[in-house]
Formats: sequence, C-alpha cells, structure tokens
Amino acid sequence: MGNILQVENLSVTYGTHTGEIQAVRDVSFTIEEGAVTAIVGESGCGKSVTSKSIMGLIQKPGMVAGESKILFRGENILAYTKKQWDSYRGQKCSMIFQDALTALNPTMNIGRQVTEKIMAHEKISRQKAWQEGIRMLKLVGIPNAPMRMKQYPHEFSGGMRQRVMIAIALTLNPQLLIADEPTTALDVTVQADILDMMKGIQQEHGMTVILITHDLGIVADCARHIIVMYAGKVVETGSAEDIFYRPAHPYTKALLSAVPRLDLEQGHLETIEGAPPNMANPPKGCPFADRCPRRLPVCGKEFPQNTRLSESHQVCCWLQRGSE
Amino acid sequence: MDRKVMKKVFFSNKMTVLCTGLLLAVMAASLLAPLSPYDPDAVNVAEKLQGMSSKHIFGTDSLGRDTFTRALYGGRVSLLVGFAAMCVAVFIGTFIGTVSGYKGGKVDSICMRVVDVFLSVPSLLFIIVVYAFMPRNMVTLVLMLASFSWTKVARVVRAQTLTLKERDFVTAAKALGVGQSTVIWRHIIPNLMPQIIVASSLSIANAILDESALSFLGYGIQLPMASWGSMLQSAQQYILYNPICAVIPGSLILITVLCFNVMGDMLQQILDPKLVK
Repeated sequence: MGNILQVENLSVTYGTHTGEIQAVRDVSFTIEEGAVTAIVGESGCGKSVTSKSIMGLIQKPGMVAGESKILFRGENILAYTKKQWDSYRGQKCSMIFQDALTALNPTMNIGRQVTEKIMAHEKISRQKAWQEGIRMLKLVGIPNAPMRMKQYPHEFSGGMRQRVMIAIALTLNPQLLIADEPTTALDVTVQADILDMMKGIQQEHGMTVILITHDLGIVADCARHIIVMYAGKVVETGSAEDIFYRPAHPYTKALLSAVPRLDLEQGHLETIEGAPPNMANPPKGCPFADRCPRRLPVCGKEFPQNTRLSESHQVCCWLQRGSE
Repeated sequence: MDRKVMKKVFFSNKMTVLCTGLLLAVMAASLLAPLSPYDPDAVNVAEKLQGMSSKHIFGTDSLGRDTFTRALYGGRVSLLVGFAAMCVAVFIGTFIGTVSGYKGGKVDSICMRVVDVFLSVPSLLFIIVVYAFMPRNMVTLVLMLASFSWTKVARVVRAQTLTLKERDFVTAAKALGVGQSTVIWRHIIPNLMPQIIVASSLSIANAILDESALSFLGYGIQLPMASWGSMLQSAQQYILYNPICAVIPGSLILITVLCFNVMGDMLQQILDPKLVK
C-alpha cells in the first residue's frame, strides 16, 4: 500500500529564556497506509513533539520551521487554514493521549465527551450521536455502556478511562491514529488488554496507526515499521525485523540490550551510560557520539548522511558509511 | 454528580446550614414584605421613634414608619441590587477573563491593562461623581457597581484559564477538531465554576456593601424608597436616642454579607467534582 503521511525536513524549536530548544531537527519519514508504525526513543528525544506537529498542536513558544512539510495524502497540512485544520483534526487524524485522567474533562460526563467529536464534525441529532457513542464504548469493551455514558471520568478506573480515550479517538473512523504512549500510565495486565483490543480494531478497520512509545516490548508485539529517534533526529528506520534482528545504529543496539528479558539469565540490566545532549545547544556531529561505545573521530564533527542498507532499512551512522 | 453526595457535603458543615437558613429567611421575609400591615413609606409622626412594642416589633423611625416593614422592603432593594450587580459583573468578568486568558498575547495585555485601570480608580468617589450626570435610578446603580466589580472576577477567571488551557483535556478537545468557542464554552468555563461561584458570592456581598455605603452617603437608592443603607443614614441622628433603628438594618447587612461569603465557600466544595468520593 502507499504512504498516507510523508514528513519532510520537519524542525520544531521552542524559544526559552536559556536559548532556543531544538526539539525536532530536520526529521523526514513516511508512514505506510494501513500499518502500525512505531516511533521509539527515550524521553525528550522529540517523539511527542513530532506527533503534535502532525496534529497541528504546536503552541507558542513552539515554532515549526518554515521549510518543514507534512504531507497527508499529498496535501501539505502545515499550510492549512484554521477551517481546514478543524476538519482534519479528529475526522481524518485522531490522537490518543498518554494520561487519560488529565485528557478527560472532569466536569463533563463521558457521554458528552464521546459525542463531542461527532457533534463537532457532523450535522447529526444529539440522540443519534448518543447512540453512536454507546456503540463506540461497546466496541472498546466497556460493559454497561448506556449507564456508563452518564458517569464522570472519576467514576472510571484507569484502564476504563484509557478505553474511553480510545473510543473518542476512534469515532468517525479516522484514517490516521496517533497513539502517544497509550499504555504508559497503566499497569502491565491492563496494558496487554488494551493493546490486544487496539490491535483487533486496527486490523478490522485497516487503520493507519503511529504508535509512540519507549517500550520496545509493545513495539515488537504490534509494529510493522519502526522509527528510532534520538535527540530530535531520526537515527534509524526499518521494518520490525530489521530493527530487532539487524539493528545497525549503536543507539538502537543499546536500546534493545536495555530491555529486561525473562528468558535469559542476566546478572544485571544493561543501561545506556550518560544522558541525551542538551537540546538548546545540540552537538554538531552525531548526537549519540558521547555515549557511543564505537565512536570514530569523525562522529563528533559531522552528522552522518542517511545510509540505505536495504529496501526498508535506513540508518544514520558513520560506521555504516564506512562499510559502504 | 450525585445528589446524595451533595446533600452529605452540605449537611456535614453546621455553619453552612445555619448561614443558608439565615439567608433564605432574609430573602423569604423580604419577598413576603407586602404581608406587613404597614406601608413602608407612610409617615405617622404621632408614633415616631418608638421602642420595641407589640404594635411595632422593632419600633419606628424618626418619621414614625415601622422599622421592621421598612427593613423588609429595604432588603428587597439591597438584595436585588446585589444580585443584579453580581450577574452583570460575573457575566462581563467571565467573558473578558476567559478570552484574555485563552487568547493570550496582545489581547491579554490589553484586557489586563484595562482591568488595572479600573482597579486603580477609587470606585465610590468615581460613582459619586458620575452620579452628578446620570439619572439616579436602580439600573444606573447596578451598572455602576458592576462596572467596578467585574475586574476582580476577570482576574480570577483569567488566572485559572491560563492553567486550564494547558491541561491535556483542552489539547485533546482541540485534537478532536472542536472549535475555539466550543472549547471555551464546554471545557474552560465549566471547570471555572468553583472559582466563578466564589467570585460571585464575594461580588454579591461587595455589591450589597457598596450599595449600603452609597445609600448611606445619599447617592444610592433615593428616599423615601428604603434600602438598608438609606435606613442607616436616616437612623444616624437618633442613634443614641433610639439605637434599634440603626441596629436592625446594620445587622441585616452584616448577616447577609457574612452568609454570602460562607455560602460561596460551601458551594465551591459541593460543586468541585474532584472532591466527590
């Protein structure tokens, strides 16, 4: 299938008193239609900012650089007018937020929040929207939906709240769904339930999903493509097999070895030494150079160009350029 | 929200029950004022400055008018002025506060400088000066009072809007493609309710106080119409001779203002969905 989304040279900066934070630097990638693509990376590497740019939710002091392009089905959404944005958001592209407790309005009952999106986009009677809301709650596995519609967010458990968030995101069948760490705030068993449910719905509707996470366990389970980000840059992209079996970037390798495994006898958990660089003044060369176990002299001087290892697999690393 | 929980919170605090009861009693008595056998404005010099008696339970004033009846009619005026001024102030204050906080930038700066200007004008003096050019009636009084009390509401509302607009559910609503005015109306304002209610209870109390002060100075409600402030004014000459004339309107002002303040606190507790267990 073709690409639903194409991000070209996306840069996002945040102006602060201490200088300009370059949250996302010249990022380009494509999202295949009908598949799950995961964006992984540690905290503060630009995953959420990237997803917010796709939703057009970057607010001051944040700024999307002028030369950035985000093409949704060939249209540059960054050039959208306010009206176009309103019909794009929610209807064509939807987002699941990380913390369902803060993302639900405590003063509105669930029914009104589920139907809000339907009412905003379609001319439909309140009753019909309500019926649709009940159907969505049932779809995400909330029992006793008609009664639950009248309750408030605080009357729901964490897992149920996340289900509500997913129900809201899925109404009107958006073509693109961005899930920003949808299960981070949940415990492990609920996490598995929710992911199973999401996977089922995704396959049923053939929806395109961008899954943002730092949990590689989830990624291995769901994603067809993986984008690895570090310090505001894409360092490696590839299919799930490429990333898990043939990781090329030292950062990807380090991330993989830092995943706790139950099937191996490990003395202690591998970690990545050091911390990501300060984004107010990012290093000129490869941002991972300071933490890299296989650093070359050139790494600190210049950022490596993209190297294409196979049809699906690309990496930005001097080690790979050397082997070309 | 659950009715039962609301009731429980309400009745758990004796003070709020007492204050609400007193307030309701004052309002009911004011509404039922026409049941009194006396005309509040009828002069009867033969019975002037009487003390408490079975005929006039709180005595009469210097013109022989029944103090109790006048206090009830005065309550109608004072409460009405307070309520109306509060409504206007809360409406304007909430509107300007939310727009200013939500929009930010230039709009915010302009709105807040306007608020600063209003806050730095001595309101009572200004109202007295303006009164020289305006018809002295209740509508003018309400508008004048409201024009100075909306600023406090606007400040509180703006500050709260600033934190609310950064909350995830507002971002989530935007991500759903909900328009700006709907976001303000559906997501910001309902979450401001506790603040607005507290601000409005304070504002109604202030309006009653200001109205009393103006009437006391002779600029508010015009005689012979009674308000608690104007009753105090006519009583001041005889305060040592017949103190009951001043004590009745004075304590009514005190009780009403106090009760509104306590009630604001209680409503905040009841209406805050986060407090519900």
